[in-house]
Amino acid sequence: MTPTRRTTTFLIALALSSAAGLAAAQAGETIKIAYIDPLSGAFANIGQNILKTHQLLSQRISGKGNPAGVKFEIVPLDNKASPQESLNALKAAIDQDIRYVVQGQGSGAAAALIDAIAKHNERNPGKEVVLLNYAAVDPDLTNSKCNYWHFRFDADTSMKMEAFTTYMKDEKNIQAVYLINQNYSHGQQVSRFAKEMLARKRPDVKIVGDDLHPLGQVKDFAPYVAKIKASGADSVITGNWGQDLSLLIKAGKDAGLDVTWYTYYAGAAGTPTAIGPGSDGKIKFVYVAHPNIPGDLAKAQEEFKAKFNEDLSTMTVYNVYPMLAAAMAKAKSTDPVKVAAAMEGLSIKSHSGEVQMRATDHQLQQALYIAKWQKVDAKYKWNVENTGYTWGQEKMYEPYVASTPTSCQMKRP
Amino acid sequence: MDASTVAISLLNGVSYGLLLFMLSSGLTLIFSMMGVLNFAHASFYMLGAYLGYQVAHQLGFWWGLLLAPLLVGLAGAGFERYCLRKVHKFGHVPELLVTFGLSYVLLELVQLVWGRGAMDFGPPPALQGPLFTLIDSSRDGLGVVAGLAAPALCKSGVPELTLRCTQFPAFRGFMMAVALLMLVSVWLLLTRTRIGLVIQAALTHPEAVESLGHNVPRVFMLVFGGGAALAGLAGVIGGSAFVTEPGMAAAVGSITFVVVVVGGMGSLAGAFLASLLIGVLQTFAVAVDASLLSAFKALGLTLTAQSPGYPLWQLTLSQVAPILPYLLLVLMLVLRPKGLLGTREG
Repeated sequence: MTPTRRTTTFLIALALSSAAGLAAAQAGETIKIAYIDPLSGAFANIGQNILKTHQLLSQRISGKGNPAGVKFEIVPLDNKASPQESLNALKAAIDQDIRYVVQGQGSGAAAALIDAIAKHNERNPGKEVVLLNYAAVDPDLTNSKCNYWHFRFDADTSMKMEAFTTYMKDEKNIQAVYLINQNYSHGQQVSRFAKEMLARKRPDVKIVGDDLHPLGQVKDFAPYVAKIKASGADSVITGNWGQDLSLLIKAGKDAGLDVTWYTYYAGAAGTPTAIGPGSDGKIKFVYVAHPNIPGDLAKAQEEFKAKFNEDLSTMTVYNVYPMLAAAMAKAKSTDPVKVAAAMEGLSIKSHSGEVQMRATDHQLQQALYIAKWQKVDAKYKWNVENTGYTWGQEKMYEPYVASTPTSCQMKRP
Repeated sequence: MDASTVAISLLNGVSYGLLLFMLSSGLTLIFSMMGVLNFAHASFYMLGAYLGYQVAHQLGFWWGLLLAPLLVGLAGAGFERYCLRKVHKFGHVPELLVTFGLSYVLLELVQLVWGRGAMDFGPPPALQGPLFTLIDSSRDGLGVVAGLAAPALCKSGVPELTLRCTQFPAFRGFMMAVALLMLVSVWLLLTRTRIGLVIQAALTHPEAVESLGHNVPRVFMLVFGGGAALAGLAGVIGGSAFVTEPGMAAAVGSITFVVVVVGGMGSLAGAFLASLLIGVLQTFAVAVDASLLSAFKALGLTLTAQSPGYPLWQLTLSQVAPILPYLLLVLMLVLRPKGLLGTREG
């Protein structure tokens, strides 16, 4: 925003507030937010679904619906799932004078964006940009690579594993666990945290296999399933997502593999359709929400379904806009520098209770849910992607349970 | 590895290999008959899966299995007639470029018509469920029961007897049967029928065949259409067994070239052998957790995380399983460029 425009806005706002007496300084302002995620290529279908999620969830609270009274406008920019293209998209956003960026599909792209934004903010005071990350879960982003301009709304890989292993501590029938993951940073981290945390909480459980397979290359998972079967595992932990998850579970079903699947992403958009009905209670997933939480989130899901005939699966987006608006109201400004400062340590009311943006590393502290794949029943009514199945709540863990310490040494401007 | 794991891995490997064969037989046929390296072959595979899905959705799976390959064959023949034939006179490079362009056009078309997401396409109810169940018993050894084994056969009541059941899906069995049927019929067609003889003759002596009154361009059109139809058939089966989505062509494109090169350019029998070899190799490699590190250890060398190249040495065979076919390709090109059963050099 140019100084003259800011002055004008200020004068108008001043005039309005003196007239109305109580309207906030930034009320009525339109905040443009760049959505930098894949909108073409192999991950386009998920990217499009999440874009709609951002649009709907931001529109719902636009204007009078939020304490700052600001309007949100999402500007979609395709990053083709590549860190390099993400930087081009960021440049396009900055050229359009957009000061807020949301991104989530892939920690590689997130790391590239964080790095570029940090440099941009250092060199262009007065034109700072803030990154709101709703799904990139690499723990490094809030530890060794933590940055002041980055805020994460999803729970990271270690927090989700903390919740899973806490759950597994009480599941006494788990004796032998098999780990199968995609061979890149995320999969390797899932494998590492699973081994560390199980050793701490369930030292009696044997890890009978630890496989890494190439990302998105395997179409026939039958050989892996034969290996899992031969290992005698009763449970499988996997951070796989998309096809790597649905094909794995399908191959397991075909071979009559009788295990419980502990997954990170069985609830992601499109995956429930691909898994299909069956395997009652045998597929579990850990997330910041599930589709059967009563309240405003459920209403948002219904609106989304009515409007797009798709499921609102990426529920981490739900907290992004209320948190941003609350920070703007607290800062009494839409300037990213003041808003970022205001967001540190800020708490808002969410579907899972109070959630807080931890000041030390900008990781949202929130409750985590473990849900199981089951038939729709009287208690759990949401028909997930028209499969006749749904996610039934197994456990809810308060924020402190899944919270993990951070090694972040944040440099503040 | 115990007996039942070996047996099921072998079956998995052979059935996957047979699918690869279905996929690459059309490519090798077209190459041997016309000298055209068809880059769009995997796209015909994808088109077959989508058309199969569409027809199966309206009329049932079996109609899809029948009609989709025919439609893909027609599309292939049309492409040869109106496009490839026109660039034929300019040589092989323009032909290659045209098929390369076609692969992009088909991909975009499929995305326009069916969208970018995966389709809900699976085997018909008759082919769902297990074909047979392998029972590995610590007392009686390996046994086989048709269909789904009764729970009593898989659960032992006493601790000294361990039982493990593994099911082999009926659809994989069906996949194997179709591939074998296809191999036999293509082989019979080429060697035992009049049209097959004309096709073979047109490959080496097109002028002589033409002067005998045969329409050689039409023979080429038939071959191209037939090759595309085979890819379409593989598409219906592969698409319903695994996944039907726009990325499926790219996923199998490179492996079909590996099969054709390893088997020997233009050799149907070579493609068959290479497909089985690659299928079995990949399947068994997944089961092996040994790495170069353990090999060094056996030789008395102990490496630590500080040793040079440690991340490379600790890669297990199961981790590199999916790239083994490409390693085989490179080795084959270095050691025996004409492939396993190929006849021509280079």
